[in-house]
Amino acid sequence: MSKRIQVNNLNVYYGKFLAVEGVSLTIEPRTVTAFIGPSGCGKSTFLRTLNRMHEVIPGASVQGEVLIDGNNLYGPGVDPVLVRRHVGMVFQRPNPFPTMSIRENVLAGVKLNNRKISRTDADALVEKSLQGANLWKEVKNRLNDPGASLSGGQQQRLCIARAIAVSPDVLLMDEPCSALDPVSTLAIEDLIEDLKNEYTIVIVTHNMQQASRISNKTAFFTIEGTGKPGHLIEYDDTTTIFSKPSIQATEDYVSGRFG
Amino acid sequence: MTTGVKSRLHAKTRLGDRLFRSSTLLSGVIILAVLAAVSLFLVLQSVPAFVAPAGSLPAGATNFWDYVGPLAFGTVWAALLALIMATPVAIGIALFISHYAPRKIAQALGYVIDLLAAVPSVVFGLWGATMLAPAAQPIYAWLNTYMSWFPLFGGQASGTGRTILTAALVLAVMVLPIMTAVCREVFLQTPRLHEEAALALGATRWEMVRTAVLPFARAGIVSGAMLGLGRALGETLAIAMVLSPAMVYSFLLLTSINPNTIAANAALQFPEAQGIGINTLIATGLVLFIITLFVNTAARIVVNRRKAYSGND
Amino acid sequence: MSSMQATSSANNSLTAGMLPRGSVWLILFASWIASASFFGVLQLAGITSHFSLIGAVVCGTLLFDVLVYVVSRLVEGRRKALDRLVTSLVVTAFVLALLPLISLSFTVIAQGAPRFDLEFLTSSMRNILGPGGGALHAIVGTLEITGMATLISVPIGLLTAIYLVEYGRGHVARFIIFMVDVMTGIPSIVAGLFAYALFAVFFGPGVRSGFIGAVALSVLMIPIVVRSSEEMLKLTPNELREASYALGVPKWLTIIKIVLPTSLAGITTGVTLAIARVIGETAPLLLTAGYTASMNYDLFSDRMMTLPVYVYVQYSQQGPNVSDFVNRAWTGALILILIVALLNLTARLVARIFSPKLSR
Repeated sequence: MSKRIQVNNLNVYYGKFLAVEGVSLTIEPRTVTAFIGPSGCGKSTFLRTLNRMHEVIPGASVQGEVLIDGNNLYGPGVDPVLVRRHVGMVFQRPNPFPTMSIRENVLAGVKLNNRKISRTDADALVEKSLQGANLWKEVKNRLNDPGASLSGGQQQRLCIARAIAVSPDVLLMDEPCSALDPVSTLAIEDLIEDLKNEYTIVIVTHNMQQASRISNKTAFFTIEGTGKPGHLIEYDDTTTIFSKPSIQATEDYVSGRFG
Repeated sequence: MTTGVKSRLHAKTRLGDRLFRSSTLLSGVIILAVLAAVSLFLVLQSVPAFVAPAGSLPAGATNFWDYVGPLAFGTVWAALLALIMATPVAIGIALFISHYAPRKIAQALGYVIDLLAAVPSVVFGLWGATMLAPAAQPIYAWLNTYMSWFPLFGGQASGTGRTILTAALVLAVMVLPIMTAVCREVFLQTPRLHEEAALALGATRWEMVRTAVLPFARAGIVSGAMLGLGRALGETLAIAMVLSPAMVYSFLLLTSINPNTIAANAALQFPEAQGIGINTLIATGLVLFIITLFVNTAARIVVNRRKAYSGND
Repeated sequence: MSSMQATSSANNSLTAGMLPRGSVWLILFASWIASASFFGVLQLAGITSHFSLIGAVVCGTLLFDVLVYVVSRLVEGRRKALDRLVTSLVVTAFVLALLPLISLSFTVIAQGAPRFDLEFLTSSMRNILGPGGGALHAIVGTLEITGMATLISVPIGLLTAIYLVEYGRGHVARFIIFMVDVMTGIPSIVAGLFAYALFAVFFGPGVRSGFIGAVALSVLMIPIVVRSSEEMLKLTPNELREASYALGVPKWLTIIKIVLPTSLAGITTGVTLAIARVIGETAPLLLTAGYTASMNYDLFSDRMMTLPVYVYVQYSQQGPNVSDFVNRAWTGALILILIVALLNLTARLVARIFSPKLSR
């Protein structure tokens, strides 16, 4: 189910403003890759180009290629809606749909697209997704409660369950723990450890300790100054980045000298 | 470094999206069409009245402007009177609710004033004609006797109390809720920072209001007044039921010979009107439409200018 | 600020030069009593025919304002005196607004109650020249015409609001918003004249029907629905839309299945309030649906009576026994106000009970 991502010379624009410049990297299947860097350096912007969410903002555009197992997401005639069914996303703030129950939230990706699914299949999918998100035991007796009635950490795991219910190839996570308390954060980090056996995961985080804990490879982004585009500075195994980075800027950042 | 020209993203649009988007756009266009139709039909049906020969117009008017002149005057005069009476009261009420009343009941008090907004105008007309006019009549008689040196109080006092002053009073009560609501919102938006700065300097409550709240709210008060004015200009039934009308230009407040308003006149005459009479009434409606358009546009401009300066939305 | 020396050393120096608590109330009552006595004397001496309560209260309040300013100025100083005066004025303003409200409520209930009976609710005015009769034809007419107006306004208004919030970005959207604003300011009688003019072109002058009335009401209702729906749609957090897009749901399905259900309670409230606003409109219906004494269930032909027009006609076209007609007018007014109150209450209840708990 998980696939390789290859990015070739990607430029990301907001209107005429170049936000991120010349990014190229390759992400192997079944790995966890962390994007780190100071605020405003474009790591979230870049993440959102991987599932074509960037262009939801009016005037936003992209130049370059993003290949998933060789297929260019930005090829002519490609339907972004279809792309997003293959590349899932979990956001910074948990956002379960308030008018739906827990069960309906998990099935949202399927139901909203008017895909028919039988009752037994639906139940099985709900259980499997919630198990995959480590939430099943806590909610199995109250699947019909509103999605918003859970705690923050549980809501985020619900959003993860919702995202994996559509069986994506890649799972993007944009600072998924920054709105959560430390206990919930730990729970989600454990979850990511499990999830990486099935999905390719890319996670943006400003918490370097988290990046060093959970990721296989890390990409460091930074920006020279306000108004300048962000760049990918170094991309390597996590252990290398945090102990012996090859570029000075990376070393400055991970040792806390700036940012 | 980037090479070549930036190519626009060409995402394939789905049929569902295109259909849905078109239908919503269509609704918006329908609204534009309705407005265009309003203007068009009003103008079309009004033209015969503009060019009508003398003598064919109702009330023996020689030409259309002769006919609509006193009506337009009455419309603006009644609305102005209402505005003069309502504005200070509205500011007072809004201040009371925002800064003087105990916090716990302030919102409830706001609801109470908003109740006035829910009363239909025909009920106001009934109340004005049967309760307010008779109650005000002795006061008018007193004013007319003892204060007729004041130009507006001259003439022969009305025996029923159904004067333009009564009608303007009813109008004032009707526009009070909307003006109060606008002023209340603006007063509540005063930055607490400025209020506390004034209080910390030892200002009394009134001085704090005068220095921090009112200057901040100036444009909001104006826009509230103009919205109230717009509402008063278009009010029909309350005036039709309260006023005893005549086709005159008159500033006198206490007599039974009062200028009528465009709206009330149209409501009164329309059921029986025929032929050129109908065209004339529609033409007066067009004049009213233009007047209110003018006032409401001016109000919007004032509101938008305030938004640009205050920096909040 | 002038202040008097504290004469008693037990006093807090910060309270020096202040009027004692409750003294303001004392001055208020004293003024009212003084004024009432004055007017009582006037009546006893035969100068005025009856005791003018309004005069007494007004003069009493004016007297209070003067007294409190003077007393406060002497004791507390100019600034505090001005403050007290303004407080009095502001409270007076509020009471001034309450007076018509109270008077209205009393009058409507007191005058409307006599004819609030079963006959009123079940019969029309057909063949009635004197007492008796009712407003059934008016109530039915109001429900039908307002219902049709809602049927026309809600789809157009809601879809336009969706366009403005979800799709519109450029000049077209700005123009539509401007035009909706213009529409909000159309006087109700102009809306009636327009609807009449429109149908007169196609069906000849003198045409009247309930449907034309519904069209006139729609002209008034559509901008209200657009505005309130637009607000509700804007309140839906953008994160919900993003979550839906990220699941691969197309935009139109996102709007229909996520955005609309989330804002449904708010939109319903807005629509209900819009109905409450137009249900009391008289002038446009007078011109288009006209008035009649008989029942008419057909929206598309012939005159149809509505409740506000009923009140107006009963008042303005009185027969030999005036009180019969005036009583009917007030009862009609009472029913109208009850309907409006019910709609407002429903709107608030819907907002309170059915709003989804947004998770923040």
